[in-house]
Amino acid sequence: MNTINTSIVTPNGTVYEGDVHMISVHATAGDMGILPNHIPVVAPLKISAVKLKHEGTEEYVAVSGGFIEVRRGSTVTIITEAAEKKEDIDVERAQRAKEAAQEKLSGLNEKTAAYAEAEKELQRAENRLQVASL
Amino acid sequence: MASLRDIKGKINSTKKTRKITKAMQMVSAAKLNRAQMQATAYHSYTDKLREVVGNIASANKGSLRHPMLQTRPVKKTGYLILTAERGLAGAYNNNVIKRVNQMIKERHKSSDEYTVIVIGRMGFNHFRHRDVTIAAEKLGLPDQPSFDDVKEIAKLAVGMFEDQEIDELFMIYNHFKSAISQEVRDVKLLPLADVETSSETATYEYEPDAEEVLETLLPLYAEGLIYGALLDAKAAEHAARMTAMQSSTDNATELIDKYTLQYNRARQAAITQEISEIVGGASALQ
Repeated sequence: MNTINTSIVTPNGTVYEGDVHMISVHATAGDMGILPNHIPVVAPLKISAVKLKHEGTEEYVAVSGGFIEVRRGSTVTIITEAAEKKEDIDVERAQRAKEAAQEKLSGLNEKTAAYAEAEKELQRAENRLQVASL
Repeated sequence: MASLRDIKGKINSTKKTRKITKAMQMVSAAKLNRAQMQATAYHSYTDKLREVVGNIASANKGSLRHPMLQTRPVKKTGYLILTAERGLAGAYNNNVIKRVNQMIKERHKSSDEYTVIVIGRMGFNHFRHRDVTIAAEKLGLPDQPSFDDVKEIAKLAVGMFEDQEIDELFMIYNHFKSAISQEVRDVKLLPLADVETSSETATYEYEPDAEEVLETLLPLYAEGLIYGALLDAKAAEHAARMTAMQSSTDNATELIDKYTLQYNRARQAAITQEISEIVGGASALQ
């Protein structure tokens, strides 16, 4: 059976590398499922979970934005500022980050750039928690 | 001539200094190792990023309209300066600062034509006391900076360009050539004029469209370049410090040898004097 050569790359190194059967991601334009021999595509991602399916097993990786690049010959690269595999997520730390972000949010005006920044932080923390609980 | 005690004291204090410089040299060597490893791990990220950006740029030659790709008349220039937190690294910081001052002198007539963004305390302390507007600074970066440490200042620099506060952005830093040589580099970061184009151009579909993709891609790319330069500069810093400490250790050894020679001479002179005094005293009694 065909597989997709997948790598998830961050500034701090490669988080995931391997062959999978199917990838599903949440792009800003909508959810995408990628199977082998997909047409080359580039799409920005939401702060969300990436699902990597390999035979019977499923793996989840939390990514904070970035984008996915699908190349001819079933090669997929996800480039993002930060990514964590489900089993590597520190739930306690994510919980703390979530609380810190919520606290920051409550003290900020909705229209400032700092508010948007804090909101993103909250999303990232929530995303990590959600992926950890999958 | 200095007394025996004085020379002994000098020898001891030089020995202590040598111990410190030797330790610093070894610490820097270990840090350099780690910095190099970090830089290699990062290469895969930047290479991928450059590939995709280059691909999109070459596939849509000329038709792309993104502010970060467009050259506009320059009213204000930004300089992003990467220096170290501490000195004791030879000419490391000085080289960067000298290059910046030279560039400013050549390119600008008045101080409202440019602004600087400084990373590292040494650069900050230099420019703080001069007729230069510091738009932002980032102090206290660790020796192994993570992307999160740098994200803030990188976003800010890129944001200033997007908001048209500055019309071009230069980055000045020390490039790590090898453990014994570093080279000052000034790189024009923005606008991204010459994105390298790869030879094989894959035609991509863009979701939702090319402009939207560039919107997220280009800032990521620019920030990535800044982080990459910082890792490069850190490796250079550790290398520079290692070399500087190596040569001061050598100097200390040389000094100690010189002082020991002096000490031995002084001791010999004292003994000779004592003997001649005894001989003199004995002959006076006869």
